[in-house]
Formats: sequence, C-alpha cells, structure tokens
Amino acid sequence: MPKPSVHTAGGAVGTYLLLTLISLIMIVPFIWMISTSFKEPQSIFTYPPQWIPETFRFQNYIDVFRLIPFHRFYLNSAYIAVLVVLGTVFFASLAGYAFAKIPFKGRNVVFLVLLSAMMIPHEVTAIPMFLFMRQLGWIDTHLPLILLPIFGAGGVFGIFVMRQFFITVPTELEEAAMIDGCSRFRIYARIMLPIAKPGMATLTIFTFVTIWNEFFDPLIFINSRELMTLPLGLSLFTDEVGTAWQYLMSATVMATMPLLIVFFIAQRRFIEGVAMTGLKE
Amino acid sequence: MVLGFTLLLLFPMGLALYMSLTDWPLLGDHHFIGLNNYREIMVDQMFWRVLGNTVYFTAGLVPLNIVLALLLALLLSKSLRGIGVFRTAIFVPVMTSLVVWAIVWKLMYATESGLINQLLLMIGIKGPAWLYNQDLAMPAVIVTSVLKNVGLNMVLFIAAIQQVPRSLYEAAKLDGAGKQKTFFHVTLPMITPTVFLTVVMTVIGSLKVFGQIYVMTQGGPSNSTKVLVYYIWEKAFKLFQFGYASALAYVLFFIVMILTLLQWQLRKRWVFNEGDA
Repeated sequence: MPKPSVHTAGGAVGTYLLLTLISLIMIVPFIWMISTSFKEPQSIFTYPPQWIPETFRFQNYIDVFRLIPFHRFYLNSAYIAVLVVLGTVFFASLAGYAFAKIPFKGRNVVFLVLLSAMMIPHEVTAIPMFLFMRQLGWIDTHLPLILLPIFGAGGVFGIFVMRQFFITVPTELEEAAMIDGCSRFRIYARIMLPIAKPGMATLTIFTFVTIWNEFFDPLIFINSRELMTLPLGLSLFTDEVGTAWQYLMSATVMATMPLLIVFFIAQRRFIEGVAMTGLKE
Repeated sequence: MVLGFTLLLLFPMGLALYMSLTDWPLLGDHHFIGLNNYREIMVDQMFWRVLGNTVYFTAGLVPLNIVLALLLALLLSKSLRGIGVFRTAIFVPVMTSLVVWAIVWKLMYATESGLINQLLLMIGIKGPAWLYNQDLAMPAVIVTSVLKNVGLNMVLFIAAIQQVPRSLYEAAKLDGAGKQKTFFHVTLPMITPTVFLTVVMTVIGSLKVFGQIYVMTQGGPSNSTKVLVYYIWEKAFKLFQFGYASALAYVLFFIVMILTLLQWQLRKRWVFNEGDA
C-alpha cells in the first residue's frame, strides 16, 4: 500500500516529537519505579533526581520478602489467576457454543438478559454478595475471588466473546459431522474448540490481566495478610512501608513483571482483542 | 449454568434493592424502613459532596481522555516507521494494575522526593504538595487516570479509523480537501459510532472510579476527592451500614442505567447511519 504522501518532512518530525513526548510521559513512571527500586533510602531524596542509582541495591528486592508476606501475595495472585482463567475459558466456551449453535427455547431472551446483567455496576451486587459469602462462611477465603469472576460478569463477558467466534462457524460443518454420527460434545471438542482458538486466546489474556489486577473484591473479601493478592497487599502497604519507597517500588516492579511478559508475548492479539470487543474492564 | 448466572447477577440485584429499603447492620436484625434511606440520601450533605466530586472527576477525565486518545489514534494510524514502539508505550499502562500505577504516581507526586516537584525545582519552581492540597488533589488524580487508560480508547479509535474506506480519502483528495477538512468531513463522521461508544463507556467507568482514589488520597484532603463508590465502600465495608450503602449503590445504578439506555437509543441512529460496514 502506498504511503500517504502528504507528510512534509517538518510534519513527520513534529509527529515524532509529539509522540516521543507523550510516550515519555507514559514510560517515565515505570523508569522511575525501576530506578527507585534499586536505591538506598537516602538517595531517594537527592536533588537533582538521580535516574541511575549510584549503587544498585539489589538487596531491596530480597528485603521486601522479609518486610511483607510478598511471596504469599504472589502465589495467591498466581494460583487464583490460573484457576479463574481455566474456569472462565471452559465454562464460557461451553455456554458460548450453546448460545451460538444449539437452538433452545428463549435462547435470545436469555442471552439478552445475560448481556444486560453485564451492565450492572459491580458495586451494587458487591454488598449482597458480601453477605451471601458471609452466610456461607467464605469471607477471608479465596473462594469468592475464584468463583465470582467465573460465574459473574467476567463469565458473561467470556460467553459473549466465545459466542461471537462460534457464530462464524458454518452450520453445514456441524451437520456433516452429525450425519457422520458425531455427538454434540464431540463436535464441540473436535470441531468447535480448534476453530475458536483465537477467541480462547483473547479471553485467556483478558481474564488473566483482569484477575491479576483485581482490587475491589480482594479488598472486601480478604482480611488476613496471608490470603491477600498482589494489588491488595501492595495497597495496604503503601502506608506501612509508605516511607520506604525503595521497597514498595521493588515490590511493584515484581508485581508488574508477569503482566509485561504476557503483554509482550501476546501484544498483537491483546490489542486486537480490545479493538474487536470494544469492551473495557 | 444460566441458573448460576441468574443466581450470581440478578438475585443479588434484587436483594440489593430490598436491602436499600432496610436498616441493615452487620449484626442483629434488619428492619424494613421503606424509602427512608433514599430520603436520607437527599439531605445527606456528604452525598452531594461526593456526587459533585464524582461529576468533577468525570467532567475532567472524559474530554481529556477522548481528545488525547483521538489525537494519538490519528497520529498512530499513519504508516510511520517505529510506530509499534509508540503504540506499546502508550498501551502498557492499560495493562498495568491500577493499584501499581496509582502507587507509582503517588511517588511521582510526593512533595519532597517526588519526581514532578524535583523536575519543577530544576526550573526554579517550588512544587506544591499535590495530593495534600484540596484544589490540586483531584486534578492530580484525573491526570493519573487519563494516562492510565487513554491507550484503551486509542486502540478502539485506531481500529475504527482503519475501517474507513480508502476510497473516501481518495475522493476527498480529488476534491482538494486539506488535512483538517478531511478529518472533520470524512474521518470523524465515519467513526462517530466508536466515539459515541467510547464516550459513554468512559463516562460510566469514571462514575465508578475507586481504586486510584483509595490508593492515592483515601478521599482526602478534607473529602475533596471522596467519590461516590468510595463513599459506598466506606458506608458498607467500613461502617457496615449495608442498607444505606445499598441505597447509594442503587443511585449509582440508576445513573449508569440512564446512560446505558441513552446509549442504546442513540446507538440505533448511529448504527443506521453506519450502514453495513
């Protein structure tokens, strides 16, 4: 495709300058975070600002684990994210398939009700959910953090994404398989799932990022330090370790790592996924 | 499965409505008190304060976010060399945890050791205590929030801009339309559905702002950044006034619902204009 030829040299330079400036504003907090994470306490306050610490204090990264149960936060976040991703992809693909391909009475009505339920602000249902979980004795356990996303609004979002993928599969393909004596479940497992791989990948990334970053639910359901997830743990320690920015920053660097890795692996797919669904957290 | 979803989404919705009509403490019995909670909300000074703050946040964030996102999308949908680097840079904060982002910005805003004030000092300005100043705390949080999420809208705009048929640009060029004219007469009209969608979604998102407030200011100084969801959280999970908090949450729900319905109504018109793209 030919390049739009309207750019004058000056225009291109201006564009680059503007983009560089904005990108810098975006990136500087991260650079500052990394820089601070290696500093000695006394060099955080030095003026002029020190971008590269005089001495790199790797010890900060180790001390974090002593100051706060950081490895706990990490493990909790990791295993919750994995379970939620697996659960969401599994149930959403099943339900998405049903909504896309299995005709049943009131299918469209039910689907619409589900979609409209997605519009309910989380804050409204959080209060009854809290009481409900308290009734079950699940407060200060990980169960609400695992089950609510799978079967709540996140699950509905998953069904929506998966349905969009299954709907593009030609019905003839299914019919042919049925004539060959394939059962519904075999069709789902052998024909549908492979086709829906891009959808499942998108959903996986989305769910992982959402759960890894989730803050509100852990805040209301978890009390014990040992059970906290990363965002909650870090937020509570802004005050406790608050003056010790170097520790807080090394903790945030480590908390951000998995996301950045996921992002760099799945960058294109993730951005496409955002554009495709047009939906936000 | 559908039953499960109904149980987890619609049932709590109904229960919340009922709770909003009761006096519901953490321990002990609850009493049905009709619309009393809503009446109380109407005369609750703090409610109007937090509603005002929420509107302030939204009114500050949405135009900034949309204009910046649109501008970036226009710049980044050109085929320039190295464009991927810029897209990534602007998109990375979207991925980052809100809490992490807010913590890092809290450090950036710090009065003595904060990078912003240190940079200001280099040009001879003594920076203020951003997050401890009643007039500056909210703008500071708004800027942080815009930068966090602008990449999301940007990506949506890029996707929309790329779907505008090339032929329209060629026709505009033949007619001798300049850059500005092309933008206002070709690009913008073609992407209005997306603009509209993002505006509504961003407004709804802004009305529900919570995490960055919790981390950066805890609603302070002197309630200047206390927003609606923070107030709901405080009433429900700190003071355990579940009835009153539910009523507050329903007020939020009504506002969001009105916006959603508005979007639905208007969207029909947009979709019609869109034709079958």
